[in-house]
Amino acid sequence: MSISKATIDSMIKDLPFPSNVLKVLKDDVIEVGVSKKEMEEIIEKIMEEYEVSCIEPCDAAGVIAAQSIGEPGTQMTMRTFHYAGVAEINVTLGLPRLIEIVDARKIPSTPMMTIALSKEYPNDYAYDREKTRALAWEIEATKIDHIADVTTDLSQMKLIIDLHEKAMESRNITIEQVKEKFNEELNVMVTISSAIDNQIIIAPEEPSYRELLQLAKSIHNVTLKGIEGIKRVVVRKEGEEYTLYTEGSALNNVFQFEGVDKTRTSTNNINEIYEVLGVEAARNAIIKEATDTLREQGLTVDIRHIMLVADLMTCDGEVKQIGRHGISGEKASVFARAAFEVTVNHLLDAGMRGDVDKLEGVTENIIVGQPIRMGTGDVHLISRRKEEAEMKLQVEDE
Amino acid sequence: MTKFSLLNHESVPKHEIMTEGELKSVLTNYFVEKEQLPKIKLHDPVCKEIGAAIGDVIKITRKSQTAGEAEYYRFVIE
Repeated sequence: MSISKATIDSMIKDLPFPSNVLKVLKDDVIEVGVSKKEMEEIIEKIMEEYEVSCIEPCDAAGVIAAQSIGEPGTQMTMRTFHYAGVAEINVTLGLPRLIEIVDARKIPSTPMMTIALSKEYPNDYAYDREKTRALAWEIEATKIDHIADVTTDLSQMKLIIDLHEKAMESRNITIEQVKEKFNEELNVMVTISSAIDNQIIIAPEEPSYRELLQLAKSIHNVTLKGIEGIKRVVVRKEGEEYTLYTEGSALNNVFQFEGVDKTRTSTNNINEIYEVLGVEAARNAIIKEATDTLREQGLTVDIRHIMLVADLMTCDGEVKQIGRHGISGEKASVFARAAFEVTVNHLLDAGMRGDVDKLEGVTENIIVGQPIRMGTGDVHLISRRKEEAEMKLQVEDE
Repeated sequence: MTKFSLLNHESVPKHEIMTEGELKSVLTNYFVEKEQLPKIKLHDPVCKEIGAAIGDVIKITRKSQTAGEAEYYRFVIE
């Protein structure tokens, strides 16, 4: 006769297992139907298996993680540029990307955002192509090259900008706005031509060739509309829902737009996630980016190893690189640092400061030729001589 | 702009400031001082959101692929 749900619940309630294990156990037991005796046996068996699969105290988890990520790393392609899905956006993948992640670069070589759109009601942004398109134009940085031809008139000492009406219309920008923007940014004479439609004339403050050529260069850098740094926005439909992909990343700015679903919008710039969403989100991002990079290369690395790396990188409340300016360079031990890089400098500095190495880590103990404090090396047995032990007993008796 | 809580973002796990009692049981369970826990900076956006102060310990309930749900603790530092 099988036992009831309530009995199962009360039986597994106090077990020291993670919730995943408990859930599978409960579901399976309910599906099959077991007696109380069988249930007890199952729990006992799981307990045994669970203890076997747990990592042992003093095990070198870090070394195992390093090797488990390092070995597949040797099989990764050195130089790959790939397109994210079909959305013709170039992203760095393969080994360069993995290095970028563990180096905690401030800006990745190909920043990219995935902007989810709100889908609260039937014709909200996520379901409406027109709205999505308009939002994409709002976000994408518009430069003068996108909407006009610029010619330099050397004889008249001025720049002539011929705006394309169609391009302006699709980007929802007017000639007055363009003029305003140039006025703000460049500190020059900007006039809308009265003779020809859609023409703006810009003249430098002083009529000199140098000024004019300088100006011809700098007007290309003015962002007329949109977010600085977002070079391109691509609209894609996934299932029922439209999503925006951007080349370039500016999470905080994108959050200001209406129609953006802030809870699902993300970027591949880990440092930006740290600044906008905090250290825990950054940790999740490291795990996600690293597993995705490895998976894309057809390599499977157990997520626990990557989780360990991510935890180590974020354990001081900020994202630290695994390297000279982070984990390896900030070790407490002089020997460990010296073994990593610029040996002589580290030893010399330590000597001048009078640093003390307590020989607590692995590297420094190997250097001095002692057993490391891992595995059986971390267990210290102290034996008392016979007389001492007897004396102790006597004292206790009294 | 509609106000949104950072904690609603899908990649931000649940953060809570721990009470003294909870903290004590965790610390005795792991045999550590709270200074030995992983850290979180005071200027971390989530810290500001939940109003944590230096010296607090924040309990983070992570969604974990391996364990289902995992608890993590961070000590608030400057």
